[in-house]
Amino acid sequence: MTQSDTIYAPATLIGPAGLSVFRVSGAKAFDVLMLMTSLEKEEIVSHKARLQTLNHPSAQKKIDQALVLPFKAPNSFTGEDVVEFHLHGGNAVAQAFVDAVKSINGVRLAEPGEFTKRAFENGKIDLTQAEAVADLIHASTEAQRMIALDQLEGGLATLYKEWSLNLKNILAYIEADIDFSDEDVPDALSSVMRPKIAELITKIDNHLDDNNKGERLREGLRVAIIGAPNAGKSSLINKLAKRDVAIVNERAGTTRDVVEVSLNISGFPVILADTAGLRLTDDVIEEEGIKRAKGWAQSADLKIALFDSGQSPDDETISMLDDHTILLSTKTDHSKPHDKIGSYPPIPFCVNNEEDIKALLLQVEKFAKSYFGYDFEENVSRETNSLSMITRQRHRISVEEAKEHLERSLLAPTVDMMAEDIRLSIRALGKITGIVDVEDLLDVIFNDFCIGK
Amino acid sequence: MTSSYDVIVIGGGHAGCEAAAAAARTGAKTLLLTHKLETIGSMSCNPAIGGLGKGHLVREIDALDGIMGRAIDCAGIQFRMLNKSKGPAVRGPRSQADRKLYKQAIQDILFNYQNLTISAEPAGDLIFSDDRTQIEGVITEDGIEYRAKAVVLTTGTFLRGVIHRGDERIPAGRVGEKPSVKLAEAIDTLNLPLGRLKTGTPPRLNGKTINWDMLEAQSADETPVPFSFMNDEITVPQIDCHVTYTNAETHKIIEDNLKRSSMYAGHIKGVGPRYCPSIEDKVVRFADKERHQVFLEPEGLDDDTVYPNGISNSLPVDVQEAFLKTIPGLENAEILVPAYAIEYDYIDPRALKTTLETKVLKGFYLAGQINGTTGYEEAAAQGLLAGVNAALQAQASDTLFTLDRSQAYIGVMVDDLTTRGTAEPYRMFTSRAEYRLLLRSDNADQRLTPIGIEIGCVGGERAKHFREKLELLDVARSQATQEGYTPNELRAKGIHVNEDGIRRTVSDLLRYPNISFEQLALIWPFMNDWRKDIAEQIEIDALYSGYISRQQADIKSFKKDENLKLPADLDYRAVGSLSNEIVEKLERAKPETLGAASRIQGVTPPALLSLLRFVKSNQETKKAS
Repeated sequence: MTQSDTIYAPATLIGPAGLSVFRVSGAKAFDVLMLMTSLEKEEIVSHKARLQTLNHPSAQKKIDQALVLPFKAPNSFTGEDVVEFHLHGGNAVAQAFVDAVKSINGVRLAEPGEFTKRAFENGKIDLTQAEAVADLIHASTEAQRMIALDQLEGGLATLYKEWSLNLKNILAYIEADIDFSDEDVPDALSSVMRPKIAELITKIDNHLDDNNKGERLREGLRVAIIGAPNAGKSSLINKLAKRDVAIVNERAGTTRDVVEVSLNISGFPVILADTAGLRLTDDVIEEEGIKRAKGWAQSADLKIALFDSGQSPDDETISMLDDHTILLSTKTDHSKPHDKIGSYPPIPFCVNNEEDIKALLLQVEKFAKSYFGYDFEENVSRETNSLSMITRQRHRISVEEAKEHLERSLLAPTVDMMAEDIRLSIRALGKITGIVDVEDLLDVIFNDFCIGK
Repeated sequence: MTSSYDVIVIGGGHAGCEAAAAAARTGAKTLLLTHKLETIGSMSCNPAIGGLGKGHLVREIDALDGIMGRAIDCAGIQFRMLNKSKGPAVRGPRSQADRKLYKQAIQDILFNYQNLTISAEPAGDLIFSDDRTQIEGVITEDGIEYRAKAVVLTTGTFLRGVIHRGDERIPAGRVGEKPSVKLAEAIDTLNLPLGRLKTGTPPRLNGKTINWDMLEAQSADETPVPFSFMNDEITVPQIDCHVTYTNAETHKIIEDNLKRSSMYAGHIKGVGPRYCPSIEDKVVRFADKERHQVFLEPEGLDDDTVYPNGISNSLPVDVQEAFLKTIPGLENAEILVPAYAIEYDYIDPRALKTTLETKVLKGFYLAGQINGTTGYEEAAAQGLLAGVNAALQAQASDTLFTLDRSQAYIGVMVDDLTTRGTAEPYRMFTSRAEYRLLLRSDNADQRLTPIGIEIGCVGGERAKHFREKLELLDVARSQATQEGYTPNELRAKGIHVNEDGIRRTVSDLLRYPNISFEQLALIWPFMNDWRKDIAEQIEIDALYSGYISRQQADIKSFKKDENLKLPADLDYRAVGSLSNEIVEKLERAKPETLGAASRIQGVTPPALLSLLRFVKSNQETKKAS
């Protein structure tokens, strides 16, 4: 990841809205513009907006009619060449745009605050300004919260708000114990709160201990297709995706990288990955491809292992089999399927047989149902309890942080430190649910206790 | 006749006394104008100083060489350290005061104060510059003109103050004091934003008519801890306070007569403090509570007046008499002064800078209850801050004396007031301080005395005293963190810790709840040489390590926003992308920094970003042109 990369990022919230604006900044920004439009270099005029049809640079796919606005270096926010793409709003357009941009070599998603960082490094803003921008972005802010809340599933927002409210009340009682100890408030209010804190920690633990189900639900269950070269992996993925996504070639070792396809299987989002053929090779590039394929497959939730019925099963693929693998003996239109591979019986499979495809999809669906413990088609209504799972890594980090502070609060040697830990816990959770102000605490205290001697 | 001063302070209450002393200390030729010399330093409400949050303020005032701490140390008759077991950060020194002794102590200090003239002349009017942008002095009610470069107004509840008791309504500041109508009119011409508040006071009782024997007693601490860093012991005799309780019968009388209470009859529009409700409020809002505490606080060692803390009200006198008779111990209590409620105008403190200077009139400062606060300590702290700034300004210094939320409770209070205003009489609580573990009453001197020395409001005697302490502290701190012993070595000395091979210092070991200071002093004899207050600091340092470094990291990021100044003449409408609501909020508070803007409720981070960009680009344009 270097400074020389060209970066892109949405400049507006993604979602149903009139417009969604993306910014691309860096040496290749104008290349991106030219690759996606019919514009020629001499037609790019700084600070002049044009209406253009955007195309995927390689897939011959139309993306959107968009207003494009180039800024020539150094007269841009970052001081680099910048192009703003004003797309129509909505997830689908945004996703198509992202797919297109990231397919261009040397272009990647910006790190948080990276536009500002570049502006600072190029002398467009001074350090205090850059820091302030960064602080505001990171400062567990209302904006962050609004974005987060906006993106949250209803059930999850309710759950976090409930915890936050719970913590607010706990802290208010501890603060009452501190600030009004000379008043007529019950004794040992802080100690009374301890079991409540412990109870919340248990709740958070249960919530966190979910095998990343939520993230999977949002991003898709990761399913890897593995097998020796020419075992039929690319044909299968093309069939499933019902479009040409991987370059299918009879020559072994054509699929040199991991190709991901997003599918919807019975309501479950699934990311299907076509991996490079697994075999020993001297080709450096292919070796790299195989390494990546293995990495992807190892971290996958489910593997589909393909064995050519006409070949003896390869050790490389066999070594990767486990309980979360569906074994297929392929090309049964040419050869008799294998009886057994290792200790597992494979399913006979022909990519051109619709029944075989259906049977495979059913297997995947079965796995997904047991993985999520949930059936989308039978339970259309989303119940809070069954769906309160963490859908974003950022939320997970905040929730984990909140939990750590709570755990420490129970060990705090004095009440003032206990209060501090709970305050920090509320702040961590507040990155998702919003800030609890001292006035909120006082409201609880004055409402619940008769203060004033 | 005209005479001229650097600073004039109007009002001789707690804010005024502290302001006058602070201005004089900071080198300004100062005049204090008040109604009567004999009421200087008098306690108009309950006879106590300090408490939770408030005790912190007193220590901070003292650290800046103010007078309140030293005065209460001469007048405290029941010292108690509140929250002793809840952690050093939330300990609150508090003491009942002998009213007479307190007043005497304040007057003893002030009447001999260098640079300070005190005059019993009520202020009648203000003198403005021709363009009305600057204060130039004060005219007394008798028409005498005093010129000054800065004026600090500390007149408490005098703006349209009205005393309520049942159906009675008496225009007044306090009982027996008449309001200055002309001065109020002069202030009105400034068009400062106003609000209305109310507060109450209980009846004063004759202690001789109380049946003490049957009541629960509460004693002073065995070893009273002084407020002032300059004192190491208290010599005033200590007494007990007593507690009694209301009951169902009391509550019934109050309920039956609610309509006769000024407040419940609708005579009062002002907002009262939630933490200090009247007994009518308590009975109505907490109807299921069977009894309410009443602390019987003696007003002095040789004074029979008793302040029954907990039963402030605005009921007619006959109802007050009737319900008192139902309270154990008070059956025959004689009322010396009946309870009353007072309603008054306050100036929305968002009209002030963080120096407490008004934004509209240069050199004109406000401090105390007039800014919407309650409490002697809150008033005194503001007085000190305003007094120092008035003195600096009068001496043409470019330096401003401001404290932020990471430095002092005073900073928290002033920031709360100037950015958010207040909807009820503002009182300090420890929970208002987000850096509470750092802003302790025990380290107020370490936090503030160096600042005070630099700004010039700390006298030589205290500066010397502080430097001596700091030297001792430095030595002890380095001793406490010098190379320690391994678990094996410690075991040989009788101390058992985790066998992890890590060396532990005195500071590390003091953190263990099961290891005592005395045990460690056997191993490290130098600990026996530490002065008591020094040893306490080392123990507190050890207790909070970890927590402190986290708060310090927080402060670092807080300071970044605090250092981004917003121009006073910023046109919020020109920023463009701000909503009307946010523009109005910003216009009311005119925050001095981006950090202050962020604390105004409803101002969102996107709004702050727009604000920042606007300010930055404006600065660049200015630079370019």
